[in-house]
Amino acid sequence: MASAAQRRIKKVSYAKYGYIFILPFFTVYFIFTFWPLIQTFILSFYGNGVLAKSGYNQGLTKDDFVGLDNFRVLLTNAKEGDYESRTLFKWHTNMHEDFIECFKNTIVLWVGNFIPQLALSLSLAVWFTDAKLRIPGKGFFKVVMYLPNVITAASVAVMFYQILADGQRPGALNSILLKAGIVDENVKFVSGEWAGRASVWFIQTWMWFGNTMIMLMSGILGINPSLFEAASIDGASSGQTFRKITLPLLTPIMSYTLITSMIGGLQMFDIPFLFRVSTSKFKQEDHLKTVAVFIYRNYFQEVQMEGNRFYGLSGAASVILFLVTLCLGLIGLYISRDKDAIARKKQIKKNAKQAKLKDKQFGGFSI
Amino acid sequence: MSNMKSVYGSKKDNYIFKQRVKSGILFVWFLILTIICLAPMIMLLLNSSRENTDIAINGFSFVPGDHLFKNLKKLLADADYKTAFMPFYGFRNSAFQAVCATFLAIFFSCLTAYGIQIYDFKIKEAAYMAILVVMMVPMQVTSAGFVTFMSKIGLQDSYLPLIIPAVASPAIVYFMRSYMKSSFPADIVEAARIDGCSEFRTFVQIAMPMMKPAVAVQAIFAFIANWNNFYTPNLILLTNPTKEKTLPMMISGLGASDILTDLGVNYTAIAISIIPIVVVYLILSKFIIGGVALGGVKE
Repeated sequence: MASAAQRRIKKVSYAKYGYIFILPFFTVYFIFTFWPLIQTFILSFYGNGVLAKSGYNQGLTKDDFVGLDNFRVLLTNAKEGDYESRTLFKWHTNMHEDFIECFKNTIVLWVGNFIPQLALSLSLAVWFTDAKLRIPGKGFFKVVMYLPNVITAASVAVMFYQILADGQRPGALNSILLKAGIVDENVKFVSGEWAGRASVWFIQTWMWFGNTMIMLMSGILGINPSLFEAASIDGASSGQTFRKITLPLLTPIMSYTLITSMIGGLQMFDIPFLFRVSTSKFKQEDHLKTVAVFIYRNYFQEVQMEGNRFYGLSGAASVILFLVTLCLGLIGLYISRDKDAIARKKQIKKNAKQAKLKDKQFGGFSI
Repeated sequence: MSNMKSVYGSKKDNYIFKQRVKSGILFVWFLILTIICLAPMIMLLLNSSRENTDIAINGFSFVPGDHLFKNLKKLLADADYKTAFMPFYGFRNSAFQAVCATFLAIFFSCLTAYGIQIYDFKIKEAAYMAILVVMMVPMQVTSAGFVTFMSKIGLQDSYLPLIIPAVASPAIVYFMRSYMKSSFPADIVEAARIDGCSEFRTFVQIAMPMMKPAVAVQAIFAFIANWNNFYTPNLILLTNPTKEKTLPMMISGLGASDILTDLGVNYTAIAISIIPIVVVYLILSKFIIGGVALGGVKE
């Protein structure tokens, strides 16, 4: 119908600007994230760099292809001689246990901080959004509770180390306990296996509960307030309201929090890495080693030998971590998507039912 | 009838009373949490004003000492401390890195979000999906390849690998697009076109100013995240001289040292690293608290 002139005007396309505008993002992403990811995969298929001169140079270097050997070493109980490519496990037969230990630590450290954090944040979020409670200074409390999240994690770790130290020079907390006569000797807040982990749980919770609380608060504020009103008119107790209304309707944002926290927890580095006895620069408490610390240490630092760097193992650990993260992320996406779809289906069914009822009401005549 | 009324009345009183008691208990609980949140920082400040031997012998005390300036002096003048901790350089480097990265992150994220939101092109939605997916790939996973690649192209020990990657910040793009979806009228772009404004100028002079609220919130978060970043600088600048390191790196060096054993001075150094960000936070807390819920940022 349109005239030739109109058609021509319609043809003026700005599509090229779309491409131009998103080009920088994808270029930089490709160079600085995607290509390094590929490099990490490549790294994991190659031998480990051995920089030291004599004695250790039997190992294969960065340039030798070793196939899946690095993965085998990390995931199975490798023995010397099992592999064609005389890698370097002669001196590092404990790599497998080390890696498994790191994975276990990561999970323990994450679970131990997430559960109290969620419980605390959820209860606080419910109380902060409860219109019936009259608590003065809510704004102030929110500001203070979020504060730990903005401080540099490195400073937090070193600060807590100074406070909780249990060595020759006890930290502030130990000195209080000693002075008050509550304990006879230092509580091992850092070097003790479970006490050290508990300290990291505490630090992580301390840092993150404010953030989680505010996320959950926004979720609760997004719930239709008339539901809460209806519940209170019907005489529901606050516990009932929480269980029957808040919790089910908060599920999407809770699962979001869970997934992001899980992905973040798998990458945990700053606190476990810096919260340690400072006797040697590269020493690490065994019970606080996470996978990210394992990757970092093997890439940059010798484990037992001077000057050795395990690029291949570091790469393989990264790839494993990447795959685990990816799986978790996809599971998270799947869960949240599925629920939405179910909700939509329910809504459609409900609508159909209502329409039917209406039809009946008016004797089959639809209005 | 009167009986009913009295029952009703007492029940109501009871209810209000219960709510009051609950509020009171919660207030106390919040106060306890406040103390827990602030206690480590207060300990830090108190100890930074005390002398090493005082801390070592007497342990912790609630009375501040008078050694703050001596500690500061030692921190800045002592030879051992001077090699490991240079607060002025640290501040300068961290500020430089954080400001540049924040600027790039905000500008290019807006550009990308704008490109996807305003223009119609084939891979539009696919590109957006890709951005959502890559939001989940964390830095730690790519770090080994990142460092390998950077040293290959000669960028290890440079600030560029800390600043340039900010151009691709998927989380900020996501936020900006959601913001544009809800509160950016596309008609205005048409109007600008009719008036003969070029596409890029439309973005810089019309779209960016209209997105100010979102830009402000995201800029604050990007700045804090970059200022606090320890992982990436620690990969790239590990072998650089202290002068070129960022503040979190210097603090970590402090914690890992055997020589720097003056507790008072160490506390002072940590306090110096924490105070600026706390002050900035307290000034901007309104935006920050409001922004957390909007953005759903990081970790």
